[in-house]
Amino acid sequence: MLLYTVKRLIQGVVTVWFIATATFFAMHFVPGDPLANDKAMAPEIRANLEARYGLDKPLMEQYWIYLRNMMQGDFGISFTQQNREVNDIIAEHFKVSATLGILAIVFAAFGGILWGALTALYRNRTPDVVIMLLVILGISVPGFVFAALGQLGVVKINDFLGFTLFPVAGWGTVQHMIVPSLVLGLGTMAFLTRLMRSSMLEITSSDFVRTARSKGLPVTRIFRKHQLRNAILPVVTVLGPSIAAITTGGFVVEIVFAIPGLGRYFVQAVQQSDYTVIMGTTVFYGAFLVLMVILVDLIYGLVNPRVRLE
Amino acid sequence: MAESALPLSFERVHVGREVETISRPSLSYWQDAWLRLKANRRALISLYLVIGLLAFTLFGPLLWRIDPAVQDLDQISVPPGADRRATVAAEYVPWDGVTATPTAPSMDARELAAPASVAVAGEAVTRSVRLFWDAVPGAGGYRVFRNIYDPAPDDAFGLPVGEVLSPATVSFEDRLDLKPTVYYYSVVALDALGYESAEAATVSVDVTRVITAAEAVQKGLIERAADVRPGDILKLPFHPLGTDYLGRDLLARLMHGARVSLFIGIVAPFAFVAVGIIYGSAAGFVGGRFDQLIMRFADFVVALPFLLFMILLRILFNVESGDSGIYPMMVAMLLLSWPAAARLVRGQILQIREEGYIGASRLLGAKTNYLVLRHMIPNTMGVILVTLTFAVPSAIFTEAFLSFIGMGVAPPTPSWGSMCNEGLKTMLTTPHELIAPALLISITVLAFNLLGDGLRDALDARMRATE
Repeated sequence: MLLYTVKRLIQGVVTVWFIATATFFAMHFVPGDPLANDKAMAPEIRANLEARYGLDKPLMEQYWIYLRNMMQGDFGISFTQQNREVNDIIAEHFKVSATLGILAIVFAAFGGILWGALTALYRNRTPDVVIMLLVILGISVPGFVFAALGQLGVVKINDFLGFTLFPVAGWGTVQHMIVPSLVLGLGTMAFLTRLMRSSMLEITSSDFVRTARSKGLPVTRIFRKHQLRNAILPVVTVLGPSIAAITTGGFVVEIVFAIPGLGRYFVQAVQQSDYTVIMGTTVFYGAFLVLMVILVDLIYGLVNPRVRLE
Repeated sequence: MAESALPLSFERVHVGREVETISRPSLSYWQDAWLRLKANRRALISLYLVIGLLAFTLFGPLLWRIDPAVQDLDQISVPPGADRRATVAAEYVPWDGVTATPTAPSMDARELAAPASVAVAGEAVTRSVRLFWDAVPGAGGYRVFRNIYDPAPDDAFGLPVGEVLSPATVSFEDRLDLKPTVYYYSVVALDALGYESAEAATVSVDVTRVITAAEAVQKGLIERAADVRPGDILKLPFHPLGTDYLGRDLLARLMHGARVSLFIGIVAPFAFVAVGIIYGSAAGFVGGRFDQLIMRFADFVVALPFLLFMILLRILFNVESGDSGIYPMMVAMLLLSWPAAARLVRGQILQIREEGYIGASRLLGAKTNYLVLRHMIPNTMGVILVTLTFAVPSAIFTEAFLSFIGMGVAPPTPSWGSMCNEGLKTMLTTPHELIAPALLISITVLAFNLLGDGLRDALDARMRATE
C-alpha cells in the first residue's frame, strides 16, 4: 500500500510537470505578447517591464525560472492587477470555489447513491421509471440551463414567500451556498444515479446475494452489507473524473450566481489576457485534479479490500 | 422372435440431415446488431430524431430561406405566435405639447400632490406616445416613468423615460423603443430642487404598432406607397419561432447554429476517434516497449485539465475578427480528446491479438496489414461506434460551454451555445430566446445518449447494460 502510494505520487508529480510545461509553451506561442496594449508604450518603459517580468531572457532560461519559482510555490504577479500576486488570488478565490465544489460533490455522491439504490430496489416500477426519466433529463440538459432555471426558481420562491429565503446571487452565508451547489451537483448526480443503478442491479443478481438470501438473512441486512457496499465501488472510481467535471462546471455556476470563485476569476483572466493568472490557475487546477484522482484511488483501496490485497 | 410380426405402436424416427439444419438464416454481426437495434424502441426513436435533426440542419435553410443575419427592427424579441399586424399611419408630425399657467415652485417635495389625471393625446402608437396631465400646484417639473408591469403594489414605476424641468410644460412625448404592448406610465411632480413627490399618477396605455407607407415600401411589404391608405392593416414578416434581441429570425438562426453545433459535435468526434484508432492500433499491435512509451504519453494528455486546455488552445489559435472560431475549437478538441479512443482501441487489439483465428490467419500466411485491416479493426468497430456515439453529446456540451463563457464561436456566427448565452440575459422577459436553443441542445444530446445505449446493447454483448 505504501509502495503503491509513493508510486502514484511520483507519477502525479511527473504529470504536474507535464501540465506545467505544456501550459508554459502553449502560452509562449500565443501570438502577440503579454505587454501588448491599446496605449502606446515608451521603449524604456517596455524594457523595464520586460526586465521586471523576465521577458527579455532566452526562452529556455525563462522556462527554468518558471519551473524553479513554481517549485517554491510562486506563480508570479498578475499582469492586470499589478499589486496582486497570483498566489494571493488563488488563495483568496479558491476557498470559495472549493466550498462550492465540496458541497456539490457531497450532494451529487449521496444523491446518486440514494436514488440509484432506490431505482434498483423498485426496478421497473413507478419510482424507478420517474427517477430514470429525471436522470435522462439531468444528463441531457446543459449545466448553464440548470443554473438559469435555479436562479429563476429562487426568484419565484422568494416572491411566493414574501421574503428572501435564498439570495439570488452573491456569496457569504449558508443560504447563498445551497442553490448554487445543488445546481452544480445536479448533472453529476444524474450520472452517478445511472451508474449506481446498473451496478446495484448487477450485484442483486450475483451469486453471493442469492446465497445470503437463501440462508435466510434479513433483507435489510443483505441490502446494507452485501448489496450497497459492493455497488458503491464503481461510484467511488468515477468520483475523480466527477470532481473534474464539477470544477469546470463551477465556472458557469460562479458566473451565473455572481460567486467570487476562482473559476469566474479564471474566465475573467482569459478575457483580459492576464497571462500569469491563466498559467498559474491552469497549473494549480491541473495539480489539484491530479491530486484528487490519486486521493480517490487511495480511498478506493480503503473501501475495497480486494484491491488492497493485490 | 418374429419382431416384424408385432404391430408397432410407434414409428421409427428417420434421422436425416434436415434435423441438423439451422432454422434461422445465418446472420452477420451487423445484421444481428441491426435486428437488436430495431427491437429497441427508444433507440429507434432516437435514431429517427438524429436523422430529423440532420435534415433540419442540412435541408432546413433550403426551405426556410431567411438570412439569419438580417434584422427586423419592427419585431425585436418577439415571442412565437405574436400578433404581427401593423396599422398604416400618416407621416410623423412633430408635437408642440401642452402648456399650463406656471405656479411658484415649492421647496418641499412632500407638499406636492400627484397630477389629478394623466391622459394620452392622439393615438398611442409604436413611434410615439404623447402624454399630458393636469398641472400640480407648486410643481417645479415632472418626471415620467414607464413600466411593463402594473406598478400598483410596490410603487415600482420602472424606467425613467423623461423629465420636464419647467412648471409650464405638462406634456411628454415618449419615443424610446416602444413595443406593441401595454405600458404603465407614472408621472411624478418634482419640487424646485428636483426632489420627487411621493405621490404619482399612473395611466395604462395600450400601444398599437404603426408603419408608414414609405417604410412599408422600403421593407418590401407593398409595391407602391399609393396602394395603402392610413388605417389599413399590413402584416409584418412572419417569424415562426419569434426573433431575438436584435430582431433576427430565431428559426433561421437555429438552423444555421445547428450547422456549427452539429458540425463540431459530429465531425470532431470522427476526427479524434480516427486518430485514436491509428494510435491505439499501432500501440496494441506492436506492443512491448513502444506500446509502453506511447501509451504513457497518452496518459499525460488525459491528465491535462480538458476545458482549461481547450481555453488555452483557443487563445493559442488567436481568433481574428471575422473568423467564426469553429476550426480552432475543432483542432483543440482533436488534440485533447484522442487518448480515450486510443486506449480503448489498444485494449481491444491486445485482446484480439491473442484470439485463435488470428493465429490461424497468420499460419495461412496473412500479412500484418491484412491482419490489422481485415480482422482487428472490423472486430473493434462495434466498440468504436459506441464510443463515437457517446462522444457526440460531450462534444456538443463542450461547444455550448465554451460559447457560453464567450470562448467558443465568435459572433455573429450563431451556435446553439452562444444563442443560449444571449438568451440567458433576457430570460425573465423573453424566455423563448433561451428555451429554443436550450431545448435543441437537450434533444440532440438526449437522442445521441439513447442511441448510444441502444448501440451498446446491440453491438457489444460484454458491455450490455443491465436493464
